Amino acid sequence: MTTTTDLVSYEDALASYDPVMGLEVHVELGTNTKMFCGCSTALGAEPNTQTCPICLGMPGALPVVNATGVESAIRIGLALNCEIAEWCRFARKNYFYPDMPKNFQTSQYDEPIAFDGYLDVQLEDGETFRVEIERAHMEEDTGKSTHVGGATGRIHGASHSLLDYNRAGIPLIEIVTKPIEGAGERAPEVARAYVRELRELIRALGVSEARMDKGQMRCDVNLSLRPHGREKFGTRSETKNVNSLRSVERAARFEIQRHAAVLSSGGTIVQETRHFHEDTGSTTSGRVKEEAEDYRYFPEPDLVPVAPSREWVEEIRASLPEMPLARRNRLREEWGVSGTDMQAILNAGTLDLIVETIDAGADAASARKWWMGELARSANESGVAPEQLPITPAQVARVSELVAKGELNDKLARQVIEGVLAGEGAPDEVVEKRGLKVVSDEGALGAAVDEAIAGNPGVADKIRGGKVAAAGALVGAVMKATRGQADAARVKELILEKLGVTEG
Amino acid sequence: MTDIIKLTAAETAEKIASGELTAVEVTEAHLARIEAVDEKVHAFLHIDREGALAQAREVDAKRERGEKLGPLAGVPLALKDIFTTEGIPTTVGSKILEGWIPPYDATLVKRLKAADVVILGKTNMDEFAMGSSTENSAYGPTGNPWDLTRIPGGSGGGSSAALAAYMAPLAIGTDTGGSIRQPAAVTGTVGVKPTYGAVSRYGMVAFSSSLDQGGPCARTVLDAALLHEAIAGHDPMDSTSIDAPVPPVVEAARNGSVAGMRVGVVKQFRGEGYQAGVVQRFEESVELLKSLGAEIVELDCPSFDLGLSAYYLIAPSECSSNLARFDGLRYGLRVGDDGGNSAETVTSLTREAGFGDEVKRRIMLGTYALSSGYYDAYYGSAQKVRTLITRDFEKAFEQVDVIVSPTTPTTAFPIGERADNPMAMYLADLCTIPTNLAGNAAMSLPCGLAPEDNLPVGLQIIAPAMQDDRLYKVGAAVEAAFVEKWGHPLLEEAPSL
Repeated sequence: MTTTTDLVSYEDALASYDPVMGLEVHVELGTNTKMFCGCSTALGAEPNTQTCPICLGMPGALPVVNATGVESAIRIGLALNCEIAEWCRFARKNYFYPDMPKNFQTSQYDEPIAFDGYLDVQLEDGETFRVEIERAHMEEDTGKSTHVGGATGRIHGASHSLLDYNRAGIPLIEIVTKPIEGAGERAPEVARAYVRELRELIRALGVSEARMDKGQMRCDVNLSLRPHGREKFGTRSETKNVNSLRSVERAARFEIQRHAAVLSSGGTIVQETRHFHEDTGSTTSGRVKEEAEDYRYFPEPDLVPVAPSREWVEEIRASLPEMPLARRNRLREEWGVSGTDMQAILNAGTLDLIVETIDAGADAASARKWWMGELARSANESGVAPEQLPITPAQVARVSELVAKGELNDKLARQVIEGVLAGEGAPDEVVEKRGLKVVSDEGALGAAVDEAIAGNPGVADKIRGGKVAAAGALVGAVMKATRGQADAARVKELILEKLGVTEG
Repeated sequence: MTDIIKLTAAETAEKIASGELTAVEVTEAHLARIEAVDEKVHAFLHIDREGALAQAREVDAKRERGEKLGPLAGVPLALKDIFTTEGIPTTVGSKILEGWIPPYDATLVKRLKAADVVILGKTNMDEFAMGSSTENSAYGPTGNPWDLTRIPGGSGGGSSAALAAYMAPLAIGTDTGGSIRQPAAVTGTVGVKPTYGAVSRYGMVAFSSSLDQGGPCARTVLDAALLHEAIAGHDPMDSTSIDAPVPPVVEAARNGSVAGMRVGVVKQFRGEGYQAGVVQRFEESVELLKSLGAEIVELDCPSFDLGLSAYYLIAPSECSSNLARFDGLRYGLRVGDDGGNSAETVTSLTREAGFGDEVKRRIMLGTYALSSGYYDAYYGSAQKVRTLITRDFEKAFEQVDVIVSPTTPTTAFPIGERADNPMAMYLADLCTIPTNLAGNAAMSLPCGLAPEDNLPVGLQIIAPAMQDDRLYKVGAAVEAAFVEKWGHPLLEEAPSL
């Protein structure tokens, strides 16, 4: 799709305007069953096989609230430093759409389960930015429409639509920020960091996998500009369903540039929903909201109010895991790495793997080294997430242990990792099969050293004369003779010993 | 044959348990009665002859195997066509569900089956339970067995007519603003709206979720109690279902008494619009209660005057949302699906053809009342009135054990008389609506014939929430006294069909 949107440069836009953002994130909870019925929430089933009279909105069917869904909502609320409502109700959001079986969505309106919180997020340079949370509320997902026959996959021009209600009724938590002001040119970065921090948090809480690529976490980016110094917000655009971290940042950036172009040429921003296009990094107009849609919200009479007891809330609070940012800060200190290094680890998605590798016995430095080096590269090359590599943290820890014991050197260790990744078995099996043991037999090593000295009398003389650095050439010769299976440090020691030289 | 159909449910069950009658005999007698008279009455929309006989055979087989039979085993029942029945059409009196065969049984239906009650078929009703005469059924009106040119009440006119015409000794109704009690009143039968949440709403097609309540209909207070006990109780499938033991309604019905009870008479349930004969029979009922040892207390419940207005905002509001699902896409009627029309057009055409005038009127009313800018003035104010009515009841029940009133201001009116005058129609529920708004329990039972038209008058008894047993205690005492006075049950005076 080609777009002819006028843009001004990002710098020019920021020179004249101050962006204000609102982020709405929908998270599909990882409960076993739907929000209001007993149907499975598993992804990937045949269309319409995970449905029942309730989630199909059959006449007479009634919803019953999923207690685990409520607990998850409270966990998220508490983790976002929110107040938890003592009493709140579901509400009906009335609108017509074929993928919504009841033609209303059971949601929450003016009585959200959690409200008034914040989430601290860390930018690439380690700076912290506080994003205020307006509310987090419970609702149900809609079904899924597939529009057939049109060119774009959108409803426009389609000959017919297919409806799959498997997703209808899956629990969602919608998390809405307060207007994010004062981020200035870093607004797109803040948006990205916020969504990422939220994702980390949701995963740490164990309430969802929050996989954006699977639609388990979806973000709407609302953005407006106002001239510097003005308090009143400008008209906003609502870019819907931005589904990756990178896209969140790009969508915000694009909208800043587009708004600035419209405003600086004397135009006005239309309040509308917009679609983000991954391929071009641009947005296009969706549905224009000429008048605010009237959802005719009213309290859902089929459900009794949710009134979580304070004891229960405190129990849940006590069971919360360490929050991701706090954990990262703790680990950063424990490992002695910089903020930038930690950001890199986070970006690479290897934090938990490193922790698990350390827990399995490796030292922090080598765990980090493997996951951020060899393994990150390998994951990148094969286009998978690091945790999807066919190697476990325990196996990485074993390799690191073999190195520490001197049974493997660095080069051999890399070959072992390579073997494990290639499916040749556990590290010890690879060592065995490939014959990768360091030659630690002092007799054999001594013979190889003697041979090297004898074969390089000139170099040996230089060393005897005090040029210790020249030992490298002899080490190389020994390594070559042992096909790399010697411990280089030990070889060097032996050479110096035999030549009667001490290092330093 | 005649004898079997005139038995009460309690007597029928007893005779089946003792072997004096078989369940199949009983069912066949009622099916024959339906065949003989329902062409005139039109109480049923669907008769499940095969299903009923199969259920009856199962009861007889159980007895033969020596299994213990429940207190209603083998007793036939007429089910209001608002409850889903797996494999059996459920129309809710609407064209929009014509041809829909539900894939599941309502909880109430499951309980009836578990109690070995024989379901004869589905009864006529005002479309989506909206009406007081059954004239709003898309399938034509039902006649009142007392006078076939008159209405049998509504919305549950099919159920009340089936009882009054001896087509079934038991029936199920639903009461959102009086749809069990008003039909009972105008047909000389007994109907109970239990406390909100007492009977599961799962599988009961919703009209107004916060007001709808299923309940028992019968010809005697004891029969109603037996049915009440069979259908009430907590249902995990209905979030608003009460999780507490069912009050001892059968015990209360077997031990009727008002001696020493304080009975309230509400000022607001009198005045203009009440038929003279209705007032006369009501006042006689109060005298009767006094003579039976009750203390009569005058009550003032000013908020009750606002009940009708509040009801006609809350019920349409909820219905406008509840009925949104009828869009022709997934089940029931579909009009205009010619391959060229959009989904929206098909939905419009389906609703245009599938919903009747009263349903459309209420959807529009409710949509308007919930609209942004009007919500506070309409829906919001109505909810406040609801709270005031609940408080008036609470205050009243500090002074009295039960409240009595006429069930409905007039006797059965002629079919067609109010069809074009919704306001006149709505007034039929003047005395029954406050109970729905407050969520407490009420019963209607016969208290005589109005002298001017010789048609039945209903006495309403109202009890606090969760105290449904009081209805039966008082109702049984009143019923016994009246039957003694008349020398026979009131229904004996109905003309034979």
